[in-house]
Amino acid sequence: MEKHMDKSTRTLQILNVVTAVLMVIATGLVFFYAPRERVMGEVQRIFYFHVPVAWDSMLAFFVTFIASIVYLRSRSRWWDMVGSTSVEIGLVFTVMAIVSGSIWARPAWNTWWTWDPRLTTYTIMALIYVAYLMLRQGIEDPDQRARFAAVYGIVGFISVPITFFSIRWWRTIHPVVIGNGSSSAQGGFDMTSPMRLVFFFSLFSITVLYFCFLANRLRLEKLAERVEQLKAKLLSA
Amino acid sequence: MSVVSRQPEPDIKELPQSPPSPSGYWLLFTDYCRAVGSVLWKDFTAELRSKELLSAMLVFSLLVVLIFNFALELDKAARENVAAGVLWVTAIFAGTLGLNRSFAMEKDRGSLDGLLLAPVDRSAIYFGKLLGNLLFMLLVQAVILPVFSILFNLPMLKPLLLVVVLLGTIGYAGVGTLLASMAVHSRTRDVMLPILLFPVAVPVLVAAVRASGAILISAPWEDIGPWLNLLIVYDVIFIAVAFMAFDYVVEE
Repeated sequence: MEKHMDKSTRTLQILNVVTAVLMVIATGLVFFYAPRERVMGEVQRIFYFHVPVAWDSMLAFFVTFIASIVYLRSRSRWWDMVGSTSVEIGLVFTVMAIVSGSIWARPAWNTWWTWDPRLTTYTIMALIYVAYLMLRQGIEDPDQRARFAAVYGIVGFISVPITFFSIRWWRTIHPVVIGNGSSSAQGGFDMTSPMRLVFFFSLFSITVLYFCFLANRLRLEKLAERVEQLKAKLLSA
Repeated sequence: MSVVSRQPEPDIKELPQSPPSPSGYWLLFTDYCRAVGSVLWKDFTAELRSKELLSAMLVFSLLVVLIFNFALELDKAARENVAAGVLWVTAIFAGTLGLNRSFAMEKDRGSLDGLLLAPVDRSAIYFGKLLGNLLFMLLVQAVILPVFSILFNLPMLKPLLLVVVLLGTIGYAGVGTLLASMAVHSRTRDVMLPILLFPVAVPVLVAAVRASGAILISAPWEDIGPWLNLLIVYDVIFIAVAFMAFDYVVEE
């Protein structure tokens, strides 16, 4: 047991260091290597954080969706933990994406916020996962909590593809940088190859950051559980 | 039944099972329908005797329409623009009342356990409850629509609009029944349902409002058709997911 704990802690430490190094390199690339965008200028550099962070939030909720299905099939506590912690991390990334998007939108669209369908659906998605956490808090029985959360994690996730495809279903001004954008999109641009390099590196680093958060959060959850067990043992002794 | 008996119970899966013949499938199907029907009938008779839910939903809907009348300055142009929105907001608010009650009642009287003990497929309970909620919501809308067309001076009783009302209500009640069955177990259950339901039901609401709005101004079919399709797709997806997930919600 002790040896196993040591090994997983060691792996976690390596992951932490790798993530930190990747993030420093990514930030350096964004500010010193990526070329200045011709029309929007420096503010375009937010793009290298905004898109990966938004992608991470989607990834996090997708992980919850998968974990929910696996939980309902296997009933293993671990998958319930993965589902709930991934929602917490996903919400952090959602806030980052909304804030960074707002900072970019002020100069690019001349407004902090617009009721564009994609922005609106993204916000609704965030509210779904806030509701997910509230549902968890409202139910005392751990098994029931896990089951209900898993069901809601599945039902709620249906909104995520809607968010993604809303740009094609509704007329929108949100630019599509990867793939074909709609003709009315404002603030889109074509990436040059150094831009593409920086973007994909940043995407990779921030995805690793998500897994780093997830691993640390899961460890925290395990430790909290251990503390609870020790407390119970102490009280019963 | 004695406590000491340790006789292993016969495992149902072990029994030889031959696939039912076509008439056997038909029998299973009619049995299933009968189970759905009895849950619906139970809710309906209970409501007929008390009439508390329907009257509450009706009065509430009328109040919401009235409040909108004061909250928005409704001249003729504004009326045409917001009528569909007001109609659907009224419908979903009133619907939340009904959905909340449908499971809260069962839980408070302890009849939910009895219902779950019934030797029928759990999804039959879901569909029975869904049909009950749907029926109450449609009854309320049957009253609200004529009142609405008088108060807003708009022709509300178009056949196509009735189709949209039906499809939108099915989608809303479909996902609402599932979420209400979960919300009823939470500590803050009356508050929990709208928080869980509204963000998930937004797609249904958007499609229903757009379709109704287009119908009210007699827009061409190209403006209505896609939203109708969207509604049908949502109805199918939400009810299929609820059908699969309901078992996990009610298991003890």
